[in-house]
Order: sequence, then C-alpha cells, then structure tokens
Amino acid sequence: MNLNYSAEQLGFRDQVRVWLRSNLPDELRDKVVRYQALSREELLSWHKILAAQGWIAPSWPREWGGTDWGVVERYIFEEECGYAGAPPLVPFGLAMCAPVLLKFGTEDQKRRFLPRIYHGIDVWCQGYSEPGSGSDLASLRTTARRDGDHYVVNGQKTWTTLAHWADWIFCLVRTDPGSAKKQDGISFLLLDMKTPGVTVRPLLLMDGGHEVNEVFFDDVNVPLENLVHEEGKGWTVAKYLLGHERLNTARLGTSKRELESLKAFAAQQLKDGRPLLDDPRFRDHVSRVEIELMALSITNLRFLDQLRDGRAPGAEVSMLKIKGTQIQQRLAELMMQAAGPLAQSVAAIEGLDAFDAYTAALAPRYCNFRKTSIYAGSNEIQRNIIAKHVLGL
Amino acid sequence: MTLAGESLNFANSEEQELLAASIARFVEREYAFATRRGIIASADGYSADVWTTLANLGLLGLPLPSEYGGLGGGAVDAVPVMEGIGEALMVEPYLATVGLGAQFVARGGTSAQKERILPAVIAGTMKLAFAQIETGARYNLAHIAARARNTEDGDFVIDGEKRGVEHGICADLLVVSARVTGEIDSREGIRVFLVDPRTPGVMRRAYRTLDSLRSADIAFANVRVPADAVLGGENSGLALIEEVADYATALVCAEAVGAIRYANEATLEYLRTRKQFGVPIGAFQALQHRMVDLAIEYEQAKSMASLACMSVDTEVDPAQRSRVVSAAKIRIADACRLVSQESVQLHGAMGMSDEIKLSHTFRRLTMIAQQFGDADHHLERFAKS
Repeated sequence: MNLNYSAEQLGFRDQVRVWLRSNLPDELRDKVVRYQALSREELLSWHKILAAQGWIAPSWPREWGGTDWGVVERYIFEEECGYAGAPPLVPFGLAMCAPVLLKFGTEDQKRRFLPRIYHGIDVWCQGYSEPGSGSDLASLRTTARRDGDHYVVNGQKTWTTLAHWADWIFCLVRTDPGSAKKQDGISFLLLDMKTPGVTVRPLLLMDGGHEVNEVFFDDVNVPLENLVHEEGKGWTVAKYLLGHERLNTARLGTSKRELESLKAFAAQQLKDGRPLLDDPRFRDHVSRVEIELMALSITNLRFLDQLRDGRAPGAEVSMLKIKGTQIQQRLAELMMQAAGPLAQSVAAIEGLDAFDAYTAALAPRYCNFRKTSIYAGSNEIQRNIIAKHVLGL
Repeated sequence: MTLAGESLNFANSEEQELLAASIARFVEREYAFATRRGIIASADGYSADVWTTLANLGLLGLPLPSEYGGLGGGAVDAVPVMEGIGEALMVEPYLATVGLGAQFVARGGTSAQKERILPAVIAGTMKLAFAQIETGARYNLAHIAARARNTEDGDFVIDGEKRGVEHGICADLLVVSARVTGEIDSREGIRVFLVDPRTPGVMRRAYRTLDSLRSADIAFANVRVPADAVLGGENSGLALIEEVADYATALVCAEAVGAIRYANEATLEYLRTRKQFGVPIGAFQALQHRMVDLAIEYEQAKSMASLACMSVDTEVDPAQRSRVVSAAKIRIADACRLVSQESVQLHGAMGMSDEIKLSHTFRRLTMIAQQFGDADHHLERFAKS
C-alpha cells in the first residue's frame, strides 16, 4: 500500500500549480475566496482560459479535446483548481451533457454541440427535477408529443440551476404516457432555451441568491434530431449519467482551501483578547473537521486507486458525496460561528463605506450550503444507493 | 406555570392560556407570512401598526412594573408572547424594547427615569435598543472599550463604537454600556447610560440581518449626556448588564421554542403530504425516526426555556441564575441547530426556497443559536460555575 503520489504525479501537480499561479486571474480568485458572487461572464472567462490551454475537458476522448490524463492526474488537476480558488466550472455541459453525447449521441450531434461546450459558447442547464418529482425522478410528467418533424413539449421543471444563464437545456421528458413502467417512455431531449414557449422564473434561495429557477414549457417545438439515444430510452441515459465518473464529488481541494481560510479567519478573531483559534473549545471543532477531511482525502485516493484498473465507480461516489458535503457544510458553519455576533448583519442599508462584505457573506453562505446535502441526489438517496448496492439490504 | 410548594404544577394558568389564545388570534389575523413579507421589505423593516396593536393588547407592559402602567409579570408570563413571536417570526422590536431596554430601566432606573420611560414604552410611543457589543468582544459582556468621561459640570461624554445593535435604527432611546474606569475586560468601572440617538455625535449605520431584522453599528463621538442619564448605582454596571442579559436570554429561549414548534409542524405536514415513490415520504422509517428526534428536541427545549424563565424571575443568587440560563441556552442552541438543519433537509430543495416560511424560520433559529452567546460560550460559563 502506498498512500502517496508517485514522483511523476507530484511533478504533474507542481506543473498544474505553477500554471495556475500565472494563469488564474487575481480578480477571479479574490472573488471566489472572498465569497463574492460571480457573473456569467466571469465564470465563462475562466472556462475560456482553460479551453485555450486545452485543459477544459480532460476526460473527453482525445479527438474531442481530452488530455489523455489518467484518473489520478485528472483528480489532481481538479483538486488543485479548487485549492487555488479557481471559479467552479458549470458542470451541465462539460460533465453531464457531453459525456451523454459521447456515449449515446450521433456524429452530427457531437459535431453540433461538443465544440461549443468545449469553448464555452453555450451554457447548459439540466432539466430533471419537477414539482412532483425530486428524489423520485422517474415519476416526471413533462410530456413530448411527436408531431411531424418535431416534438411538442409541455410541462415544468424546477430547481433548475443556472437556467437564467443557459442557452440550452437537456431534459428528461415523457414521450409515451401509456407505458406500464414509469421508467419506460422517458426520452432525453436537447432544447434551445430561446425556443418560443420557454419561460424561466427565478426562485430565490434563503441566502437571497438567484441560482435556481422554474422552467415552463408551453407548446415548445423541438426538432426530432434533438433526441438523444432512442425514443423511450431516456432512463438508460439518465442512469448512465448518474453513474458517470465523478472524481471530484467530494470537492476536497476546495475544502482544503476553506479549512485554511477558517484557520486564518479564526486567528484574526479575538476572544478575550486572544486569537479565537487558540481557544481550546473552538480549536477542537476545527481539528475535528480537519481530521474528517484528512480521512476523506485518503479514502478518496483509495477509491481512485481502484478506478485506475478501469473499473466503473460504484457506490463510492455516494460515500464521497455524503462525507464531502458534511465537511463543506461544517466548514461553512464554523466560519459563521467564528465571526460571532458580527455574522448577523448581512447587508448594508446605509454606511456602505464601512461594510465588511467578507464577514457579511458568512451566514448567507452557511444557509446556501445546506443545499449541498440536497442537490445532485440528496444524501438520503445516496444512502439508499449504498444500502442497496454495497450492503445488499 | 409555577413550581409551588412541594407540588409540581406545569400547567399554564388561566391568564396564560387566555394570553396565548389572544396572541394566536392576533398572529392569524394580522401577522400571516405574506404580511410579514411586506413588513420586512418596507423601509423601516417593522410595522408601526403592529407595534400599536401590541401596545393595545397590553403586551408591551406585560413584564413591566404595575406602578408605571404595566401588568407586573415576569419572564414566565411573557413566555406565550415570546413563543408567539417565534412562531410568527415577528420582526418588531419586542425583545429589544421590552426584554432588554425597558428591563434596564425597570431594574436600574431612578423613579424619575422610570416615570419618563416606562409609561411611554407601555403605550407604544418609545422603542429602545441596547448598544453593547464591540469589535472583538464576541459574547464577553465585560469587553467594553467605549469610554464615558465625567466632566466638571457632572455631564458624561461618551466615545466608542458599538456593533450589531438590534433595532438600533428604529430606537427612540439607546441603552449604552461604557467604561468610566478600568481596562477592557475588567469587571469594574462599567456604567450604563441612556442616550438619545439624536444627540450630536451619534452616528448610526443600518444593516439587514440574516433573519430580516434591522441592526445598526453605532459610533459615539464626543456624545455629551447629562448626569441623570446614568442607570443604576455606583459599580452596578456589569451586574445590571448580566442580570438583564440573562433575562433576555431566557426570553429568546422561549422565542426559539415557538420557532421550533413551527418548524416541526411544517416538517411533519410535509412528511405527511409530500409523495414520492407513490407514498407520503413520512412512510419511510429513515425519515420517521428523524422526525421523532425533532419532536424530542422540542420537548427538551421547552423544558429548559421554562426553567430559564423561572430562574430569572425567582433566583436571587446571580451565579445560580446564570448557570441555569447558560444550561438553557446550550440546550436551545443545540435544538435550534438540529431542528433548523433537519427540517430544511426533510423539505428537500423546497426548504431552501425564500418563498416558504420554513426557510425564514431556519434563519431565525440560526441566529438565536448565537444570540447572547453561542453554545460554546455558555458551555464555558456553565463549566466554570
């Protein structure tokens, strides 16, 4: 057993670090590490820097722009980006739609969409959840009725992240309402957000931020060539995507940076005239989360090692999601706790000159991070997966 | 509720039942969630009409002395009000005015000060706020750097900066802690002053808090107040602050109980009505057990909030009073955390939405967990006692 990276892998990591130091713009990094919101243009500017370097889609096949890195190198790259404070990449095109097209798409679909995803020309969003269909995704009701050379889509998606910035949405829709099994009769459609009949309504979250939306489809015409895989086989596509290799599920790089931020912040906060970080009670909280993070890093490497042999990831991803989100949430909570009574004031009404935007972002961020144990398959669903597929219960 | 003689009596008195019912009616009629949405979006961030109604219902005078027009009740009598405030997420400055500011006056004021302030508070024409926290203070009540200089003519001149003064903008009168002698963190030399916020040298900056209240950072630069602005006798400063802070902490524990009750009711209703996989999600044992734990949290929180309110009303030994209040605040903070986090999680994405009341209850519970000291602060105080 070797819990360390090889010399080659360490060399690769150093190369990535050096590159990030000179290519990650300071103003983007500052916004990320200071918890300030990024605009669509700012997110895409980082996407385009990586695309220009040829590092935007490491896992894609070489012919479409992939890097041929192994799983460990790919993981190192993602961890280093998170650790350095690089903006998050919008995953819906790069890590969700693209793998689906690469697996199930026609040559024409790949040529149409992949280069635009690669270069950050199109922003994508994911049309999965509906008001009545969250964890029970297969109960979805949005319909697509065939009419000549197109489908007519009607229904509603909800909690749709970044729909307000998206050019395209990939959707699970019901093409055969009469099928006996609810997983049958579902199809995977690509839909241009500019099509008449598409309406996006913002849903504000409890931190006051706008990141999710309701998306309404009212007689929306979608050309038949935008169907991915066979009609009625959309559930196969969805399952492939759920099981698709997600190396960075635990977001360890980001959490390692957040741990350092927490220590730095708690060292600045005073309790009885001494740094809060030196207070044994608070220090213990920090140590606990640091140890959880240490353990998960090694667990993650052990899982990666297994994947190197080419085995498909299984319920490991679910474990990483559960522990990774618990760590992210705890770090955000301790940041808020470190600020003490100063965490309560979150927005200036008057006196912007003296406004401390960093401290003010901490409590809303704690609220926002409650989403991590809910989205992308709630932690309850992840436990169901582990119970069924690992433990055989 | 009383603990009378040797027989335990946890039943509410008839008056308390009537009071609780009248608050419930008021909330239902005039403080629906949609109404609150309008209030928190308004320029002032609270409703003057609601404040008048609270005065008319006698609630502003409930825990204030009867010789000044109040009902002479204690914290125990205010429990139904605080639970109602927690349940409805009322943003009016009840705690700031009645639970903090007016308690300073009622406990430490001269009869002239009481005469000037308490009837006005009870009538709803004067709102108060307590300016205490300073940068670096965290929850240490003795951490006061603000200075009050005694002048030759007997006036005081106050210099300093206070942070996160809840309802510090709408307040007509501020209760301000400052140091006459001694260094930061010294328990001696602290005095409490009544300061009109319109006095030259007072500068207020307004903020919105996570839980949609209004707070203020307030700077005092060469603020001159007369000798009769001092509250409490010589050297009673910190003891008075601790007494009132314990009292307000007990009240906010009761507020948390109301908010927890709402969160639990809303979550239980969601488990019963939200269907996935063809059944209400409450049919899943994994979720049932979590809901049961929340129900237990409520009972434990209710018990400790009751104990804290009784203690601030009747306990004559300050050390024993503080010990009980800290125990309650620890238990309440833990309950706030578990109930807020779990109720949102059990609601799924819906729990994250600004459009539902539960997400606002989450925010209030999050802030209550830290208000007047987080669990760590009170653990330290409890362990030392």
